Amino acid sequence: MAILIDKNSKVLVQGITGRQGGFHAKLMMEYGTNVVGGVTPGKGGEWFEGTPVFDTMRAAVETTNADVSMVTVPARFAPDAIMEAADAGVALIICLTEHIPVSDMMKVVSFVEEKGARLIGPNCPGLMTPGQAKVGIIPAMVAEPGNIGVVSKSGTLTYEVGFAMKNKGMGISTIVGIGGDPVIGTTFVEVLEMFENDPETEKVALLGEIGGSAEIVAAEYIKNHMTKPVAAFIAGRSAPPGKRMGHAGAIVDGGEGSAEEKIAALEAAGARVAANPEEIPDLLS
Amino acid sequence: MKLHEYQSKFLFRDYGIPIPEGKVATTPDEVYEIASQMSGVAVVKAQVHVGGRGKAGGVKVAKNADEAKAYAENILGMDIKGLTVEKVLVDPGADIQQEIYLAITNDRSSGKPLIMTSMEGGMDIEELNKERPEAIIREHIDPILGLQGYQMTHIASAMGMPREHWRQFGKILTGLYQCYIKSDAELAEINPLVITGEGNLMAVDGKVIIDDNALYRQPNLAEERDTSDEPESEKQAREAGITYIKLDGQIGCMVNGAGLAMTTMDMTKLYGEEAGIGPANFLDIGGGATPEQVAAALRIILSDENVKCVLFNIFGGITRCDEVANGILTAYNEVNPDVPMVIRLQGTNAKEGNEIINNANIPNIISAETLTEAAQKAVAAVKEQA
Repeated sequence: MAILIDKNSKVLVQGITGRQGGFHAKLMMEYGTNVVGGVTPGKGGEWFEGTPVFDTMRAAVETTNADVSMVTVPARFAPDAIMEAADAGVALIICLTEHIPVSDMMKVVSFVEEKGARLIGPNCPGLMTPGQAKVGIIPAMVAEPGNIGVVSKSGTLTYEVGFAMKNKGMGISTIVGIGGDPVIGTTFVEVLEMFENDPETEKVALLGEIGGSAEIVAAEYIKNHMTKPVAAFIAGRSAPPGKRMGHAGAIVDGGEGSAEEKIAALEAAGARVAANPEEIPDLLS
Repeated sequence: MKLHEYQSKFLFRDYGIPIPEGKVATTPDEVYEIASQMSGVAVVKAQVHVGGRGKAGGVKVAKNADEAKAYAENILGMDIKGLTVEKVLVDPGADIQQEIYLAITNDRSSGKPLIMTSMEGGMDIEELNKERPEAIIREHIDPILGLQGYQMTHIASAMGMPREHWRQFGKILTGLYQCYIKSDAELAEINPLVITGEGNLMAVDGKVIIDDNALYRQPNLAEERDTSDEPESEKQAREAGITYIKLDGQIGCMVNGAGLAMTTMDMTKLYGEEAGIGPANFLDIGGGATPEQVAAALRIILSDENVKCVLFNIFGGITRCDEVANGILTAYNEVNPDVPMVIRLQGTNAKEGNEIINNANIPNIISAETLTEAAQKAVAAVKEQA
């Protein structure tokens, strides 16, 4: 059944009446995602594409029994929206919003953990279980159903790799975009563990980048716990130190977080690391 | 956003942290004025966003105002690692008995604020961490509860702070934590925090980095931004809402998405490095890639005269490649670049997009199907001009 989401997931969209939220909610519905409603404070009682809009997450969850929520509200409101979802008892929260201050995310991640919910993101493209459901902005055309799990810090790079796999006739169990921010809800290791335990995933592609040490921790996990083969790519080999490369977390700081050290750690853990992301399908075949 | 030493220390002062009573100057005469008000020695310190300014001769201790002025004449306008010194801080000298390191930072792996402190301050913390990591005390703070009293006692005791300073150290730590929280700082660092001959604690040097994403609610700090060391092109890009970082290679890169933008840079290096060819910039054009955005980005890329070729790598997901192709052609006609452009469109309607590019029949435009092919063609285009 792949991981995290499938065709039975009941999904709410926080910010469904917004331009981005509405646009992607519609694409998700077209893909087959079971979108059961949305939340926009002040617009409760309205309808969006045949699904109800609520003022609060509590009302939305009580009425729809949703277990997943996607947050697409602007950065200054997103921390509150994530906490509202966790407080309303949603098990899985996916936050796409970029530019949330780290100080807010530290509090939010702590709060979400306390409520026993799982957060994916922020600043991520979301999730997709090909052929079943997608929550987020991953384009439908980048993947077919199959047995390769994909976990990534990036958006378009993930689409590239998914599309390259599709062109070689390879399918994907689930794509998980964990996001490129310094402080995020779900890490590489947690997703690797889910793929390791998922009977429908046979191989895993990990797409990392410079900054922080999440890929090093992932390498440790691969070495000690993974039985399934892992192919990886680390973006940012040509990035200068001390510069933030677009993603808030993509910065080599004080000699830490370089592509070289991550590649070395992954290779030492037995992962096959591609110098060119277009080689990933070959490394997995 | 980095703050200068003087901005950081003046901010610390707002949170009750003692600092030397120094002033900022932009001319040698001002330095003379400030130094002549001081009873003892004056320290003239270059204010630039780069480490190692002391070794570069950017920090001098003057015995009197004349000497301070002479040093200032030398330091103001000095080039330190490519940055020109435009301001100096003139501080009264401190009687330093002991140097301490104290910092609070966002710890990525735990997702919590982290206090790092050591009685062996003064030196670079990264060096200390390599040589004697056990000399650094680390304490995580609960982001919801904040810094607790028992944690301060634990830190002071574990680091070996003499008991007579615990009270003052606790006040400074509380002040620094408040400063870090209320300023939305990524880093608030005092190095060194000194114990003076009179037994007082004082922040002699400081560094604060503010989270750019929080500047919307930090209007006073946002005003402090010093853009004098930022390349003009990066400033323009920031104003146009495009993320651009200038690098020193020859291939200008225009890509949608940060991860793919880095990857595209890496690919030009992978295939060009042996010939000394690499990326000229990082550029994430974001979603959409409208003609206006492409034209603005193209102008910024071409303002760098090292650029010998522009590589477009656009993955059309929600955005359709035929729309992007039309956008690129419109921008091309508007900007009229005199360097070759390699265009690679992949994803939704890629075939239609490539047809539009090919049918335009512009000799300067080369299309490519895969990222590998695109990078190789861009490298070849640069080689041809050598």
